[in-house]
Amino acid sequence: MASIARRLLILATALGGAALSAPAAAQNEQFIPILSYRTGPYAVNGAPYANGVVDYYNLINERDGGINGVKILIEECETGYATDKGVECYERLKSKGPTGAAFINPLSTGITFALTEKTAADKIPIITMGYGRADSKNGAVFAYNFPLLGTYWSAADIAIQHVAKELGGFDKLKGKKISLLYHDSPYGKEPIPMLQVLAQKYGFEFTPIPVTHPGVEQKSQWLAIRQHRPDYVLVWGWGVMNSTAIKEAAAVAYPRDKMIGVWWSGAEPDVTPAGDQASGYKSLMLQHGAGKFPAHADIEKYVYAKGKGSTEPGKIGEVLYNRGITNAMLGVEAIRKAQEKFGKQPLTGEQVRWGLENLILTDARIKELGFEGMLKPVSISCSDHEGARYGRVQQWDGKGWKVISDWYTADESLIEPLVADVSAKYAAEKKIKPRDCAKET
Amino acid sequence: MIALGQFLEVLIGGLMSGVLYSLVALGFVLIFKASGVFNYAQGAMVLLAGLALVRALDLLVANGLPLWVAVILAIGFAAVIMAATAWLIERFVIGPLVNQDGLTLFMSTIGVTFVIEGAAEMIFGSDVYPLRLFPTDAWFLFEGLFPGGILVNKLDVWGALIAGVLVAGLAVFFQRTKTGRALRAVADDHLAAHSIGIPISWIWFVVWLVAGLVALVAATVWGTKLGVQFSITFLALKALPVLIIGGLTSIPGAIVGGLIVGAGEKLAEVYLGPSIGGGIEYWFAYVLALAVLLLRPQGLFGERIIERV
Repeated sequence: MASIARRLLILATALGGAALSAPAAAQNEQFIPILSYRTGPYAVNGAPYANGVVDYYNLINERDGGINGVKILIEECETGYATDKGVECYERLKSKGPTGAAFINPLSTGITFALTEKTAADKIPIITMGYGRADSKNGAVFAYNFPLLGTYWSAADIAIQHVAKELGGFDKLKGKKISLLYHDSPYGKEPIPMLQVLAQKYGFEFTPIPVTHPGVEQKSQWLAIRQHRPDYVLVWGWGVMNSTAIKEAAAVAYPRDKMIGVWWSGAEPDVTPAGDQASGYKSLMLQHGAGKFPAHADIEKYVYAKGKGSTEPGKIGEVLYNRGITNAMLGVEAIRKAQEKFGKQPLTGEQVRWGLENLILTDARIKELGFEGMLKPVSISCSDHEGARYGRVQQWDGKGWKVISDWYTADESLIEPLVADVSAKYAAEKKIKPRDCAKET
Repeated sequence: MIALGQFLEVLIGGLMSGVLYSLVALGFVLIFKASGVFNYAQGAMVLLAGLALVRALDLLVANGLPLWVAVILAIGFAAVIMAATAWLIERFVIGPLVNQDGLTLFMSTIGVTFVIEGAAEMIFGSDVYPLRLFPTDAWFLFEGLFPGGILVNKLDVWGALIAGVLVAGLAVFFQRTKTGRALRAVADDHLAAHSIGIPISWIWFVVWLVAGLVALVAATVWGTKLGVQFSITFLALKALPVLIIGGLTSIPGAIVGGLIVGAGEKLAEVYLGPSIGGGIEYWFAYVLALAVLLLRPQGLFGERIIERV
């Protein structure tokens, strides 16, 4: 009830006419816009992610005094996960701060598609960690897109690797039925080409099943699944779609341990609304899962102890919170890398792009940053804007996520031809001359 | 036999889903029938009622109250919140706009929608709050006749029963009570009703209160189905084709409209969807609604609009 009273106080203050003060830019500040969604149907997933991002930037300011002395200046803009609002936020924020936006994280594949050409023209990197367009791994064509740590094509391959392992080998995939229950949006559609490639290679029957935004009504999809009886259902959902899928699966008695969600369908808000019905449900991990690591201890010490935290302390270490701090850390390290070349001062998006493209995080550096156990080494280059393509699988046991697999590495021999083909078509359509990565430094 | 079993399963599932849409549509009908206002805020009212209910319930259970006592108290708390909301809307929005045209009143309810959504999430939180008031598992009927049987979800059956009781109760309220008759009189002509001594402010408060309580009932069912969360407001969009088909002024129409939309969209998704890429049920409901609009603009059960020119 204390939290309700606190919220009432906030509401009363808001109604009283208190205005939010816009941040004023100083000359030695690096501006980073945050496109977030704390309201609307996807807020349950968007808010914890945004909390992680904000807390990490605050950590850098509070603990280190900024990035090599350059303070981070942030401003949030609410997109509601809507593409039009996302574009509006980008346009409003891209020029703020002494050097404009260092980079942008839209947290939406739809917004990523809408911004890809704009960010390239504005020379502002668009970081899409674990989402976005999979073909943008090819930095020769997509100079400003960075789908760090894993694209949806990597995710699709890792999911099928895990299914094969459970079945006893890739040869056992032949003749099996695998359905994809997907959010009917650019995000949900993204893995389909890769799954079609995999279905052809391994001989399983692939059936895509769309669910209309926001995914509150899935009865017909699950009745169809009940009739079709697939061996596995891959879930590419977001927000309410995930928990609804689990509940509907329970209603038609589809085994939850034959469902594998993508890493955006494997957080606490996806399973807790379904209660006991979610037990056994599995999802991919974008490397990290839930839990606290040394970076969290610093956040608690330097941010929360000073009363500057973004969320309730009990939510620190949840899956999406951890993804937020990981994403923020990669951005900060890219700026730090770029400062090595361009000086310890606020940098432009173009300069930060160089930092991203030359960012290498070794095990030792990851440990130094407090992310040991959350992240494997990352090595980004002109030709590889993904930087790493590892994943694991976790399973909900009714109380928490348990890691149930070893590390998988997405099969580049399958993904690369698709990336080359689709990105070449994009380059031809947009009249982009691919860079010669051999000549890039 | 398998095909027939599947067809029946989809049909029954669709009809049951339609009844759940009707629970939301009833709130629209009530307010339109009694005040001529198309209340766009009905989906937001379901969210507010659900959040008030589930947050109070969680708090009471956490403080050691027996579940049944906590449920009763939480429903009481949510009802008080809806009553306060009804009073605020009448006092500050609808009341001052008396005698304005329908479009003005409709626009005001759009504003009310955003205020309710924002205030509800700010006060009660924006997480997903599980609510488990009804069973959510399923029966498998006629297993001897159809392989795997015909699946019927228990929550849907509960929803249908609740909707039936609601419709019966509302019919009695409108037809047999003095307040109900006064509501109908106000709906026909505000000024005429006022001139014969019907207190319009009180009547509008009552109608918004009843719509709020219907929203609370809808929230118990939809909250159990989805968890109480912002997405519940999207149910308003599912209710619109139901209203177009059933008619804005008919309580039985809301039920029949729901049945048509539910069955139509589910059958279309399962049998038509795969051939055109799937994901069609959301807009297919509006196709049905447009077809009805062309043939009978006032809806299947709506009152024929006759205007003197």
